[in-house]
Amino acid sequence: MQCATLGPSNLVFWDSANNLKCKESFKRLCLYCFNREFNVTLVKLAGVSKVYKSLKGADYHAVKDFSLDIESGDFFCLLGTSGCGKTTVLNMIAGFEQATSGEIRISGNTIQGPGVDRGVVFQGDDSLCGWLTALGNIEFGLRMKGMARKERSEKARHYLSLVGLSGQENKYPSELSGGMKQRIQIARVLANEPQMLLMDEPFAALDAHTRAEMQTELINIWRATGKTVFFITHDIDEAIVLSTKIGVMHAGPGSKLKGLVEIDLLAEERDRTHDRFVDVYRHVHSLIRDEVAISLKRQSETMGSV
Amino acid sequence: MRNRIDVLTGYLIGFVSLFVIWHVASTWLLSSVLFPPPLRVFSRAIELAQDGSLGENVMVSLSRILSGFFFGTLIGVPIGLIIGSSPIARRILEPYTEFFRFIPPTALITVAVIWFGIGEGSKIFLIIYTTLFTVILNTSAGVAAVAPNKIRAAQSLGANRLQLFCFIALPATVPYILTGMRLAMGNSFVTIIAAELVAANSGLGKMIWDSRMYMLVDDIFVALVVLGLLGFGTDKLFRWAINLFAKRFSTAI
Repeated sequence: MQCATLGPSNLVFWDSANNLKCKESFKRLCLYCFNREFNVTLVKLAGVSKVYKSLKGADYHAVKDFSLDIESGDFFCLLGTSGCGKTTVLNMIAGFEQATSGEIRISGNTIQGPGVDRGVVFQGDDSLCGWLTALGNIEFGLRMKGMARKERSEKARHYLSLVGLSGQENKYPSELSGGMKQRIQIARVLANEPQMLLMDEPFAALDAHTRAEMQTELINIWRATGKTVFFITHDIDEAIVLSTKIGVMHAGPGSKLKGLVEIDLLAEERDRTHDRFVDVYRHVHSLIRDEVAISLKRQSETMGSV
Repeated sequence: MRNRIDVLTGYLIGFVSLFVIWHVASTWLLSSVLFPPPLRVFSRAIELAQDGSLGENVMVSLSRILSGFFFGTLIGVPIGLIIGSSPIARRILEPYTEFFRFIPPTALITVAVIWFGIGEGSKIFLIIYTTLFTVILNTSAGVAAVAPNKIRAAQSLGANRLQLFCFIALPATVPYILTGMRLAMGNSFVTIIAAELVAANSGLGKMIWDSRMYMLVDDIFVALVVLGLLGFGTDKLFRWAINLFAKRFSTAI
């Protein structure tokens, strides 16, 4: 695994021309050291493989010998081309699917199945309950726990306002826009107070403006709650805007991690036009560029063979 | 509101035109004693309603349908839910459903009469039979169509197996159950008339059969019109209920 770190290597401590830049660099160093100091591995994937049986009965290795550490408080983006097995990784961490071999642990415990410690936000809105109101959907997990009606309603309202949907509590999902429905999914998961959030391309189906808005909101929520986030995307921009770490995957099948990029951009630098953003973009893009080509080639090959 | 007025005017135009076509056809095109014009049929309907026989026949047929339908649904929904949610149960029960659904209720009329007599028993049995398999098939299809992500999301939010069933599978299946009931209701009309034609002491089917014996063509047409209206009314009721729930219970969302 090639490990490319945009960490302290490109910090500039002394710049005679610009004192301000120096201060910024110091801030960045502090941020970096703080993160290093308190990072504890929350999720550990070691040598994980997942094999599916294809319709013809042949083995298909979605991921092979995949290893990854997600540290507590990280906003980890798994970036990969379509069909590279990133959703498989998420499904295994979520406990929806079992690894064929290898080990997946959360806080040291082997993952047995879905659990309340891992809240999942899905790409589509079909995971919401259409027969429940916005508030009812957010309350769902609390209701399963047997929390009293009044208490759970109060809590759900809190998270409803956290995702900026106050006043919409009695609307049904079918009455809400795509962005609003994703907000409900996020609130529903947060209300359950999981240790971490697993997000499977949650904004992929939204229009560009809503997506940008949702990204900003998600960063704010992440900062406010301090939750660990594992986020899947195929969008380089999105990954850089959001994350503290990006894991770039090889093209499937039998995929594993190609590179790990630490993102130490400050809030104001997480802007698509900022120089540092562009630097990071170039770096991440150089990692994924070849994989996209491989993935497209393989797709056309399989299409040809069918 | 505007929509409702549109719908109502649509129905009005539809019914009036049906009335006019019937009138024109029966008075000028096919003028015959065997094809009575609508006005004669309606005045005959009023006579029959006044002497109470029409109301009685309608009530008898309707109560047979409703009680059979009620029990058929009551038995069918749980079986459908079990078949839909457990692969083992499906393997065991599918031969039954797949076998019996190809034996139409009308084929069982004679058996029903031999077993339960020509009274209420045989009719209710036949309606239960009619309702049961339609409801089972639709309910199990509904359970199978619940979005996998709904189940996964609920599991991640801490729902156990029983909670998954009660709070996800069951409500998500409601539109399918209602659709099954609607189809079953339509089939029940077929079954009840057939059963009453063959063997019964009362009911709309019996009324049609008796009228035939005495060549009371007007009476036959009264029964036919009433059947049409009853079917239309109950189907409207179901569609209204389905629409009411579909907004919330649709499986897509």
